[in-house]
Amino acid sequence: MVLKQWLLAGLLASTCLVTIAAAGPIENYSPVTADRLKNPEPGNWMHYRRTYDGQGYSPLDQINTSNVKNLVPVWTFSTGVVEGHEAPPIINNGVMFVATPAGQVIALNAKTGDEYWRYKRQLPEDLFQLHPTNRGVGLWQDKVYLATTDDHVVALEAKTGKVVWDTKVQDYKKGQYLTLMPLIIDGKVIVGGSGGELGVRGYVVAYDADTGKELWRTFTIPGAGEPGNDTWKGDDWKTGGGSAWMTGNYDPDTKTVYWGTGNAAPWPGDTHPGDNLYTSSVLALDPDSGKMKTYFQYHQNDSWDWDEVDAPMLVDLQKDGRIIKSLIHPGRNAIFWVLERKPDSIKYVAGWPFVHTDVWKGIEPESGKPIVDPAHKPIIGKRVEFCPSLWGGKDWPSAAYSQKTGLVYVPANENFCGGFTGEKVPLVAGQLWLGTKPEDIGLTPRPGATHFGELQAWDPATGKKAWSHNFPKSQLFGSVTATAGDLIFVGGTNDRMFRAFHAKTGELLWEQKTNSGIMAMPIAYEVDGTQYIAVQSGWGVDAQRIQDALAGKVDGFENNVPQGGVVWVFAVKK
Amino acid sequence: MPGSNERPQKADVLVFSEGERAGEVIKPEDLKAGGPPVRAWPKDPRTSVVRKGSRLNEVLVVKLDPAEFDEETRSRAAGGVVAYSVICVHTGCPITAWVKAAGGDKDVFKCVCHNSEYDPRQSAQVIFGPAPRRLPALPLAAEDGPLTVAATFVGKVGAQQAR
Repeated sequence: MVLKQWLLAGLLASTCLVTIAAAGPIENYSPVTADRLKNPEPGNWMHYRRTYDGQGYSPLDQINTSNVKNLVPVWTFSTGVVEGHEAPPIINNGVMFVATPAGQVIALNAKTGDEYWRYKRQLPEDLFQLHPTNRGVGLWQDKVYLATTDDHVVALEAKTGKVVWDTKVQDYKKGQYLTLMPLIIDGKVIVGGSGGELGVRGYVVAYDADTGKELWRTFTIPGAGEPGNDTWKGDDWKTGGGSAWMTGNYDPDTKTVYWGTGNAAPWPGDTHPGDNLYTSSVLALDPDSGKMKTYFQYHQNDSWDWDEVDAPMLVDLQKDGRIIKSLIHPGRNAIFWVLERKPDSIKYVAGWPFVHTDVWKGIEPESGKPIVDPAHKPIIGKRVEFCPSLWGGKDWPSAAYSQKTGLVYVPANENFCGGFTGEKVPLVAGQLWLGTKPEDIGLTPRPGATHFGELQAWDPATGKKAWSHNFPKSQLFGSVTATAGDLIFVGGTNDRMFRAFHAKTGELLWEQKTNSGIMAMPIAYEVDGTQYIAVQSGWGVDAQRIQDALAGKVDGFENNVPQGGVVWVFAVKK
Repeated sequence: MPGSNERPQKADVLVFSEGERAGEVIKPEDLKAGGPPVRAWPKDPRTSVVRKGSRLNEVLVVKLDPAEFDEETRSRAAGGVVAYSVICVHTGCPITAWVKAAGGDKDVFKCVCHNSEYDPRQSAQVIFGPAPRRLPALPLAAEDGPLTVAATFVGKVGAQQAR
């Protein structure tokens, strides 16, 4: 063999090897069982918030307050798409599944970053996406489950990415779509619909994980003759909103799913008079039947676009000399809620404003109903201003609870107010239906504001704030994750930073500038004895909207955050 | 309805898609100079089929001062009237607003979903926001009568797709 031929042959051989090493299928994939989902191994992240209780807490502590300063990127991976990347990378024994906007799932070697396979959904060209994003894939046995923006649930073979089944949920042409990570319980794939701005009636639906067959569907708004329907007038309930676009949490001991619901539609309260059950609520559902066991409504007759879809965390709370099986929810409505979950009821325990609000005058002590100031409640035909803004004190990005510190960490937004003029608008199927002109929606910094984003640490037992870190020139729009290394990880700011804070003191211990802004949830995982931290950086959707609305109103407010998604993985430099 | 899904064709007329005059054929004199734009469906004059079977067929029609047009826009205009796809090329929302540009004093098309802005005087060039490219233009003609479509859409209608 002459030298040239030998070189060529060698090149071809190595190319083949690279292809084999880099592309699937995955060998030795660990099937995901009910037990593993109930008690996930410390090194894995298989649920939206790692565990069914939704705490967003990792027991890993190899990366901790003493060595986090040595955290460095070990690999990155470009997703190839723009818009808001909101999904936590999902980890099962060394395999990472990344969901991105535009319906992609990328399976990667969690240690090396090599790609096994990539699923790309071919979305219909007339699809209309208000929130073109995805928040992750669910796992069961040897399959991966994706909820899509064209309103399908798709099951993929975990080893290869091949489609096993593909079930249509509702009609995307009527404004129905899905962005959440499916909740997997005992062979059921449970999702809830988006579309609260498009005149939908919200629902939660379960599918058989093996076949894709629908098992049950529970509407978040009761139909005619059902209990609660009398909290609506006429036919308002048929298009009343109450979308359910975030993953629920689950109590395996009582077999109860806790699922958050969205605002009543359209926005101005006098377009849908009544309490409007079960909008802006948490629902307690039986995962076997979908039957509603009980509920708690965070506020009545929503008029502010305050979805309460981020499901409450399940925390055993030591308070007043007893352990309360609590539900903790820092609400979009600016109230930090502590509730007690019981078999047949959800009881109000405590509530306090965690950011400035002029909407509530107080909370009724027995019922837990907030008392509204009508001067700040939007109605038809009048410009009404209110604080916080329609994005609320905390939007969908999740708070976290540390089992070590007993504190709740909230990605809050302070000093934002907003307003709009309500108007009666006829509903056209598949078109925006807000009850105001979209261009009329205001976002205004409160006079004298010293900061906007605020990472807060609260003691849920006492209602005292332990610490807070303020961001003078940025909103904070990203989920928070806590670890047993006494670290709090969060992105969410317009300076593209990813940060680690001391869980006890709030001291900023580490930061890394990334490619774009981070809205997604950070995670912690372990492979072969090494702990990693991972997050997707990719700005868009509402983080971008807030930014556009504030550009020019706040001196020095960064308005240039480049888009484009990248998966970042960090470890401590040895 | 056969043909209702097809993209606008040469010689189609345009009809109002909303409001009191929904369904009526649009003439240049029906439009107010300087905007706001109206939304319109193409209609096949031979079969009378309104092509509203796909939301990708709807257009924004606006009458402006031709002196402000760039060369491409002028070549596609009829009596100062220009037409563009109503579908924002970012994520496919309908463009609903006619407001002052974020960086100027002229009214422009704005998609309120994600704040993309397009200037209809400059071939619907993106002047603000995340949209990756111009809106597809629908070339028009008008000879002593209603507006007619002079050629098919310039560019692909609809949102960008993942690469």
